[in-house]
Amino acid sequence: MNRWLWIALIVLGLVAPFVFYPVFVMKLLCFALFACAFNLLLGYTGLLSFGHAAFFGGAAYITGHAVKVWGLTPELGILLGTAAAGVLGLVVGSLAIRRHGIYFAMITLALAQIVYFVALKAPYTGGEDGLQGIPRGQLFGLIDLEQSLNMYYLVLAIFLGGFWLVARVVDSPFGQVLKAIRENEPRALSLGYDVARFKLIAFVISAALAGTAGATKALVFQFATLTDVHWATSGEVVLMTLLGGVGTLLGPVVGAFTVVSLHSKLSFIGAWVTVIIGATFIVCVLLFRRGIVGELAELYRKQFGGPRRPNNHKKLAPSPRQREA
Amino acid sequence: MNAILVQAMLGLNNGAFYAMLSLGLAVIFGLLNIVNFAHGAFYMLGAFVALIGLTQFGGWIGVPDLQVNFWWALLLAPLVVGLIGMLVERTMLRRLSGLDHLYGLLLTFGIALVLQGFFANFYNTAGTPYPGKPEILEGVTDLGFMMFPTYRLFALVFSLVVCFATWFMIERTKLGAILRAGTENPKLVEAFGVNVPLLVTLTYGFGVGLAALAGVLAAPIYSVSPLMGADMIIVVFAVVVIGGMGSIMGSIVTGLSLGMIEGITKVVYAPASSTVVFLIMAVVLLMRPAGLFGRE
Repeated sequence: MNRWLWIALIVLGLVAPFVFYPVFVMKLLCFALFACAFNLLLGYTGLLSFGHAAFFGGAAYITGHAVKVWGLTPELGILLGTAAAGVLGLVVGSLAIRRHGIYFAMITLALAQIVYFVALKAPYTGGEDGLQGIPRGQLFGLIDLEQSLNMYYLVLAIFLGGFWLVARVVDSPFGQVLKAIRENEPRALSLGYDVARFKLIAFVISAALAGTAGATKALVFQFATLTDVHWATSGEVVLMTLLGGVGTLLGPVVGAFTVVSLHSKLSFIGAWVTVIIGATFIVCVLLFRRGIVGELAELYRKQFGGPRRPNNHKKLAPSPRQREA
Repeated sequence: MNAILVQAMLGLNNGAFYAMLSLGLAVIFGLLNIVNFAHGAFYMLGAFVALIGLTQFGGWIGVPDLQVNFWWALLLAPLVVGLIGMLVERTMLRRLSGLDHLYGLLLTFGIALVLQGFFANFYNTAGTPYPGKPEILEGVTDLGFMMFPTYRLFALVFSLVVCFATWFMIERTKLGAILRAGTENPKLVEAFGVNVPLLVTLTYGFGVGLAALAGVLAAPIYSVSPLMGADMIIVVFAVVVIGGMGSIMGSIVTGLSLGMIEGITKVVYAPASSTVVFLIMAVVLLMRPAGLFGRE
């Protein structure tokens, strides 16, 4: 990816806590990472998971429990949450990839609901109250994370690492196969690729990264709640990706920033937020299928030329190189 | 033993609602190629039409004595909701034809959020009881082998009749034949002079009307809540994955049996009752990925 974009991201990340409220920026970064992880699946593999909150929230609970009850250090806690989300992703993924398209979405939604009920009823999760009072602890036993800025730079490092990983996966030969599956699954299969395995690996990576985001969020806010595992959160990450631009690298970040800011600015209107979120969904699907970043890229292309992209977004996430049928 | 029997019957009652909802989902999916995420929201809307009709509507139009009773609600709610559904189809869903199926899922998810959020502003999410249960349906009925709440019995029988009438209409009448043909090949059916776009609109209206009918029937049993649809639709999705959307009778049978299993689980191991349907779904996916009655 463009070197300037990276430099801009890093500089913005370094400066942000001095301009905005650090906890707010940390929330943005956690959800941005969550959306990037989700986009790896939807945007680059063409799989719509409607249960990603299970990995996000599941990891939040596990990290919270590990740090609070077992006294793990924060870095080990996050690693454990990530690994647990990856394992959960392996289970959910291997079931869900047995079906395609909308069935895939329905299966992931239903399986995630099991995780929700476990979080609601299991003895260690705190039921309706969630897991409260998770200590941030000391990173590597040295750096005190109760200090807001220390915590912030840890979150920034995790976000940049995750973002880099997604970019790296997308650009790798492995990522090319994922895109091939998205464009034309039977063709990828007939070329000899073990499509099911590629899908499963993509699912596990995506779930694990979503877990990293959730685990980090649990440390930032020092709690894990039922909202983290609720289907509405699964829906919200879909919206972030769709709004920002499915299948664009930066889209999910922009989408996550927009949706999270919307939530915090509009918190005073109560349940009307749900109406606005729903309406945004409707508008995105009907008028705005490329998303913010996708539309901007298209505008740029129209203005300054560049390769023609016959891309009418009939498929949920068509590649720029999609041929005209 | 008796406890299991009672719970199985209560579960069967719930299963009849699952059947009605998955039936509508299957019909809509067949013709529109859309998985209607808003189905749960229309179920909720049905219940709210009944509630508002009974307690508030008269006041709104300045005739406080006017109460739309349960029987009228049973007729009017599906009509009102069906009309709203047709409007939604005409203005929004129609514009998705030719696009990836997933867009339909996302659009209807948005519609579901709008409806749910709207009602959450005005009504308690913990639920409002529906006070209009008809007097003749109060009390319990002796079924010979057990005592069963009369209203539940009525709701069960009524839903079963509606389900089988729908099955009959789709599988045994001329209209149903056109509908099935439209599912297979809409272009060809249109060439025979059938107004397919109108058929699509009516089908959507009918499907969500069924959901609303289930909502009215559910209103006196559960309390009417803005969230009742969301809880319902996820279970119904699992039912649909288990049964497959290929067969109408398959939807009915799967819905009924899963409701019953859920009911029995409440007695055998209560904590699992809310997840048992999802676990069965996982097992079915391992054994028969296409679903019990499915063809993919």
